[in-house]
Amino acid sequence: MTRSFPTSGAPHVAPQTNVARVMLQVLLALVPGVLTYAWFFGPGVLVQIALAIFFALLFEAVMLRWRGRELKPFINDYSAVLTAVLFALCIPPLAPWWISCVAMLFAMVFAKHLYGGLGQNVFNPAMVGYVVVLISFPQAMTAWMPPLSLSEIDLGLGAILATIFTGQVPVEGSWDAVTQATPLDLLKTGIESGRLVPELRASPVFGYFGGKGWEWVAGGYALGGFYLLYQRVISWQVPTAVILSVIVLSLPAWLIDPANNPDPLQHVFSGAILLTAFYIATDPVSGCVSNRGRLVFGAGVGLLTLVIRRWGGYPDGAAFAVLLMNMAAPLIDRYTRPRMYGE
Amino acid sequence: MTLARQKKPLHEVGARIHSFHGGLRLRHHKKISCGDPVEQPPLPELLSVPLTQHAGNAAAPLVSAGETVLKGQPIGRCQPCAQIHSPVSGVVEAIEDRPMTHPSGKMGPCVVIRPDGREQWTGLKPISDWKTASPESLIMQMQDCGLAGLGGAVFPTHRKARDGRDRRIHTLVLNGAECEPWISCDEMLMREQPDKIVLGARILRRALGASRVVIAIEDQMGAVEAALSHAAECAECQNISVVKVPKIYPEGGERQLIQVLTGLEVPLGGRPSQLGMLCQNVATAAAVADAVVEGKPLIERYITVTGHGISHPRNFRALVGTSFSHLVELCGGYTKDVARLVVGGPMMGFPVASDASPVVKASNCVLALTADDISDSQVEMPCIRCGECARVCPASLLPQQLFLQVRNELWNQAAEWGLAACIECGCCDVVCPSHIPLVEWFRFGKGERRKLAMEAEASELARKRFENREARLARLKLERAEKMQRRKQMLKDKASQQDRIQASIERARSRAARQAASTGKGPGDDA
Ligand code: SF4
Ligand code: SF4
Repeated sequence: MTRSFPTSGAPHVAPQTNVARVMLQVLLALVPGVLTYAWFFGPGVLVQIALAIFFALLFEAVMLRWRGRELKPFINDYSAVLTAVLFALCIPPLAPWWISCVAMLFAMVFAKHLYGGLGQNVFNPAMVGYVVVLISFPQAMTAWMPPLSLSEIDLGLGAILATIFTGQVPVEGSWDAVTQATPLDLLKTGIESGRLVPELRASPVFGYFGGKGWEWVAGGYALGGFYLLYQRVISWQVPTAVILSVIVLSLPAWLIDPANNPDPLQHVFSGAILLTAFYIATDPVSGCVSNRGRLVFGAGVGLLTLVIRRWGGYPDGAAFAVLLMNMAAPLIDRYTRPRMYGE
Repeated sequence: MTLARQKKPLHEVGARIHSFHGGLRLRHHKKISCGDPVEQPPLPELLSVPLTQHAGNAAAPLVSAGETVLKGQPIGRCQPCAQIHSPVSGVVEAIEDRPMTHPSGKMGPCVVIRPDGREQWTGLKPISDWKTASPESLIMQMQDCGLAGLGGAVFPTHRKARDGRDRRIHTLVLNGAECEPWISCDEMLMREQPDKIVLGARILRRALGASRVVIAIEDQMGAVEAALSHAAECAECQNISVVKVPKIYPEGGERQLIQVLTGLEVPLGGRPSQLGMLCQNVATAAAVADAVVEGKPLIERYITVTGHGISHPRNFRALVGTSFSHLVELCGGYTKDVARLVVGGPMMGFPVASDASPVVKASNCVLALTADDISDSQVEMPCIRCGECARVCPASLLPQQLFLQVRNELWNQAAEWGLAACIECGCCDVVCPSHIPLVEWFRFGKGERRKLAMEAEASELARKRFENREARLARLKLERAEKMQRRKQMLKDKASQQDRIQASIERARSRAARQAASTGKGPGDDA
């Protein structure tokens, strides 16, 4: 008795992982950072995450339908969710709801699907969405809250929801009562108006190395980042290059003139450097492919962030730096092809 | 390639273990087929011996239907490749198209033999004094006995040996590191016949003119190491060493094994012999011993029948031409959830559509897999450029870029980024989270490029032909024109010559007239 079998090409081994799993691992890695964030700054960030996820999935579904793609595998791959979460972590926790809507529209429709969908985008969608709203709505995007411990008013979840959905803070004194300049804002405007860094750092918004509260959030991100490195979801080249370049480039200025330049750790632990290093600049789609290319990419992100922090119009420049490096990625790839076996 | 890279001192081969880029640690599943001793299965009713078994063309049959053949009698001959011999004594029933057990999946001419059960050998011609025989005669014997690489590539042994001799290799590497999961036939062979392998190694060493032999085995094969080391303790066994290499797929690949043993890379598009080394499978060495010392042609091999789809996995010493179904039956048949039949390992083996396919020289393993093992119901997603593929690629390529280039048919770019250097190991494919069948794309790409190259060659030929014709026509035209020119010139010359004659006549006349006038006599006044 002979028997016949269907055939299919090698390898005949079950795949080890899938896209959804990879994205879920990244989301899981963000949990410590997000929880720390909510701990220090209240539950607003969780509301923003939920909002962004809602709009991201909505636009993703609309675009998939419109492009005639199958809905299920792409909605279930968690890539839109990841974009949404990364974006929500970059905006003020009290930003009005339509900020997410506009940003996710640009992220999903323009940055992702019009370039061809998952895997085809040239720019990091989360950063495109963020930069669009940052430029268009500067006021809403700079209304940051101080950590709860420094705030006189404790907004409850209800008040936070009301603020986000009505755009009005339901307390006396309105916005001025709940917002405060961020550490990076203070540093930038302070240094520009001729004040000295040690003097500025005496402000209660600063903690050990970065902003109060912020440095712990950044630490939470780094913790998740190490998990991703351990799981080999991301390669070490990008985060190492980002962090090292920031340290190496800010060190000489600080050593020469500590009165007018923040110290390297201050740079690393404030703003979005660690989030960028582990989660945003490591986005494989819009980054570089080879190991050497990733080192160059990461170093470029670090350098440009510092340049924008120092000379640009925004207190933090990580988002712009990532987008600029996204543009340079194909060129870097061309010049950093690894040497192949026997070549 | 620098000189320093080529002239590695020979004692260093295998002295230190190096690593190679990428690779995978896979579950090996080898133990389950190693429980029983290796036996020869009872003779099947019919044997079907494909005439295409080696890299190269099909062999020409030397027998016809109805003829009686003896065991070991040549039945197919193919000039640059190796001979094919009858595995049994019996009667040729037919020569017809049947499954060939070939990666192409095609049918092809096979010699179908009904054994008579007498197992009567043809006259064998052993070389008993191989220690004094000329290397060339040893190589000839390998050719006559139809030896080919038994690791799966089936490159004719005599051709590889000649190349190695010409390049004056110093080290023969015997590859016992079968890194693919499931396959255990080499391990069983090394356990059961270490003496034969060492003997074959010595014969090969003499034929090649090499001075050293390194037998590479996996680091978990403790029993094998002891057996081989013991076998290599004889007085004439100097410079034969057993080296353990870590088990990382695809370490058994020739290029990776060389890198692990020496830290050197075989040049792109080149051969290990350029580095002074030559690789042979351990099973090939054993076959060399049989061929030279006993004169036996290659008509049987160790083969593993295994997988979750087989009731009782084990190894056989099977005759070439035995159908897989015969072997599977001896293993207690299939389990009920068997879903795919593969020849070779799960990473690089090829699927067969039917178990009527026969054992050939290349078949080291029949692997029956279940749906759980392969799970190809997973949806394919777009590439997210995660770079996992590049991380594991032992050829240090960027599979994600190659994939795009092949899909968009950017052949020049694909060539530049190393499509040809891909060894089709499948590592990238297994780790890809988007489940893109990368290896299939690369195989397709290589095929297309071969086709394109052939077409380019053909069109180049046509262009040359056209140009030659044009040139010929132009030359003819030129020649004709020249001829015309010459003719005209000649005619003109003739005319002018006549003119000259005429003129000289005239001159003579006038001279005469003048003379006559001066003497007062006319020309006619002489009289
Ligand atoms: S492993 Fe797959 S998804 Fe990842 S870069 Fe390679 S081809 Fe793309
Ligand atoms: S199949 Fe080719 S590209 Fe993929 S890992 Fe192996 S050598 Fe590299």
